[in-house]
Amino acid sequence: MATLNAHIPSGPLAMKWTRHRNESRLISPANKRKYKVIVVGAGLAGASAAAALAELGYEVHNFVYHDSPRRAHSVAAQGGINAAKNYQNDGDSVWRLFYDTIKGGDFRAREANVYRLAEVSVQIIDHCVALGVPFAREYGGLLDNRSFGGAQVSRTFYARGQTGQQLLLGAYSALCRMIAAGAVKSYTHCEMVDLVVVDGHAKGIIVRDLRTGRISRHNADAVVLATGGYANVYYLSTNALNSNATAIWRAYKRGACFANPCFTQIHPTCIPVSGTYQSKLTLMSESLRNDGRLWVPKRREDCSKPPNEIPESDRDYYLERMYPAYGNLCPRDIASRAAKKVCDEGRGVGPGGRGVYLDFSDAIKRLGVAKVRERYGNLFDMYREITGEDAYQVPMRIYPAVHYTMGGLWVDYNLMSNLPGLFVIGEANFSDHGANRLGASALMQGLADGFFILPATIANYLATVNPAQRPSTDHPAFAEAEAEVTTRLRRLLQCRGKRTPTEFHRELGQLMWDYCGMSRNRAGLELALRRIPELREEFWHNVNVPGEATTLNQALEKANRVADFLELAELMCLDALHREESCGGHFREEHQLPDGEAKRDDEHFAYVAAWEYAGPDRAPVLNREPLVYEEVRMTTRSYK
Amino acid sequence: MKVTLKVWRQKDAQSPGRFVTYVTPELNPNMSFLEMLDVVNEDLIRRGEEPIAFDHDCREGICGTCSLVINGKPHGPHRGVTTCQTYMRSFKDGDTIVIEPFRARAFPVIKDLIVDRSALDRIMWAGGFISVRTGSAPDANTIPVPKDVAERAMDAAQCIGCGACVAACKNASAMLFVAAKISHLGLLPQGQPERYRRARAMIEQMDREGFGACTVTGSCEAVCPKGVSLEFIARMNRDYAVALLKGDPIQRAAAAI
Repeated sequence: MATLNAHIPSGPLAMKWTRHRNESRLISPANKRKYKVIVVGAGLAGASAAAALAELGYEVHNFVYHDSPRRAHSVAAQGGINAAKNYQNDGDSVWRLFYDTIKGGDFRAREANVYRLAEVSVQIIDHCVALGVPFAREYGGLLDNRSFGGAQVSRTFYARGQTGQQLLLGAYSALCRMIAAGAVKSYTHCEMVDLVVVDGHAKGIIVRDLRTGRISRHNADAVVLATGGYANVYYLSTNALNSNATAIWRAYKRGACFANPCFTQIHPTCIPVSGTYQSKLTLMSESLRNDGRLWVPKRREDCSKPPNEIPESDRDYYLERMYPAYGNLCPRDIASRAAKKVCDEGRGVGPGGRGVYLDFSDAIKRLGVAKVRERYGNLFDMYREITGEDAYQVPMRIYPAVHYTMGGLWVDYNLMSNLPGLFVIGEANFSDHGANRLGASALMQGLADGFFILPATIANYLATVNPAQRPSTDHPAFAEAEAEVTTRLRRLLQCRGKRTPTEFHRELGQLMWDYCGMSRNRAGLELALRRIPELREEFWHNVNVPGEATTLNQALEKANRVADFLELAELMCLDALHREESCGGHFREEHQLPDGEAKRDDEHFAYVAAWEYAGPDRAPVLNREPLVYEEVRMTTRSYK
Repeated sequence: MKVTLKVWRQKDAQSPGRFVTYVTPELNPNMSFLEMLDVVNEDLIRRGEEPIAFDHDCREGICGTCSLVINGKPHGPHRGVTTCQTYMRSFKDGDTIVIEPFRARAFPVIKDLIVDRSALDRIMWAGGFISVRTGSAPDANTIPVPKDVAERAMDAAQCIGCGACVAACKNASAMLFVAAKISHLGLLPQGQPERYRRARAMIEQMDREGFGACTVTGSCEAVCPKGVSLEFIARMNRDYAVALLKGDPIQRAAAAI
């Protein structure tokens, strides 16, 4: 069994972070430059961490599989970033942002981490403005805010519908400055394919250069994974096509615990699936729910009518009806399940009856077309490009889709995993969002971890190791890991079966969507747990990967990632099966209240499920970190 | 619908490339252009042939990874749209579509349709940032930024760094890309202290990378998926001229002592 100590500082909640920083180890400037830190990934978390660590004086090596760090998937986030600035004077505070986030996560996140996130949020906005992020402004020149789901205040900062892009470019510019200063070495087109562990400590990574196929070894005093989430296990998701779980999955197989893998987020407002050829799903920002109203026809027979011909009295604004206090701005898990429910009742619209209307006609009447265009123009344009429809004239059709994964590698308060020297930040870790993430919180977490938290906490580990004794890349652990990688790639290429890597991925994704998606039940999960190993077995005998390992080979990259998804999927189902309660995005049909709301079981499941790899063909070991709430009382989450 | 593709295939930077013709399987007009290529590639893999290598990632028009010159036009037939947001309904059944990589001396081919755009990163390293240390910033509302200034900066900041402007330009100039960054930061009050130093450093790096000069034909603006305006090039030229007149402020200060 792994020993999981969250290392939560003592003292009152509001003082923990200050106190921890005051008590954290420091390393003198002359010694900092002797330490080498690897950062994998350059999204908001990775780029900001690499830049901030380099500013402090560490020698930083940054790896991305993209052709440039500026392309990481954070770039696609649309709506905004939360911060407890209270610039609107509407009653916001650090406590409220903390409470909304922990309640939004259905009381399955770690209290101290979430409080710190809310605290740090304020600094993020200051820093990003200083970096030149062109946030939306009011006429007086001060920063503007909008509202997001799960909150009754306006605390979301935004840059049109491209907030993720602008924040990423801000973090990337900070990274560029450090690259130019020679403090960060940037490796592009380089994918981490394994983690190297020496005497129980993370000491390096194995990398494949995607252009040349060359495998190389890189050692360091600490390894930081900022490699994002694993939503692409579902094949269709809003993630970029190359987003994958390989880095965190390799770390898991080297001993890092994987926490709450079944906590996945299904985003309520995405463009519905249109055919089997579909390669990804596109999100329509949650910010649209500020002004758009969700509805379906009251009667099934109206579903095929053009929406503008259905009179007001025959429409069911189901979120406003079911959750009058939050209405269209209730949290994502709740909005998604409500959409599924009305579609299951046969009242869905569009092809296959899997869609609901997101209607702007009231907003256009109230604000005028120009104002709506100013707020959401690029989203309306995107919708038109994809569907060929004009949302200024007819309501958008939307349906939930997989968007984010709250689960990830287990980390303590220092953001270090149970493997000493391995740090995990951003979406790749599990810590802040519990069982459901609120909108505009992912950007906040990525930048909080990278700019402000990790740079302060990493010294607590580094100060305990001697950089002069850093194992060289000739160490047998490096040779062994490299040999495993080469063998695995060779196996994939030698298979020469009949099915493409994508076919396996698509089949896996369908299984996961059907049985480990928006709602789950024992029979379905058990079925998935039988089918996934069969599919994996077939994959290793029947996959067809043409080409060679020594050149750019996209089919090989894909196959290598799908092989990991085929293992991770099983762990997700196992976790979903063991968690006999409903909470946040994890909805077990067996556990619901009479009105269909999630029935949480705090007596038995108020813990983090941290799974530990036990070897091939052996069941993983379940470690439990109890969730102890010192200042917040766990209550039934209600948005009614 | 079905279409015929003439696709540029090239093993690596050293090998000569050539066009190879493929007839697609039956397509759905609602497929994206890249999904069409996925379908063709799936077919090739099943036959044990190497799929066509092309760059792509987010497939929602924001990451700037996808490229391709489609029938002579970077990012395909539509204005203000990336290749990944181009749909097959823009083509007709039986069309022949020519697909080439972005071509420029500064963008060497890596394989098939994938080119090396790292030159754009190196221009950013030269000065595409505001030098501010983490943790040292004042409260975000300390410096008001007029709404129209912020909006203008945002117009420039929207650049996704895809390099279509370079591919479209007969001189393979990267001026629109560089102008977008220089204008974004140069418009904001936070970017003022380094404004002229930045303009000069980025332009000098652009020249070193082998990009051509601007002759104001405007093809860059016409293919830019984010509609970045040619006016930013004029703005950049002005900043560059001022930078040359001012000289290096650090050397000037040193000379004065």
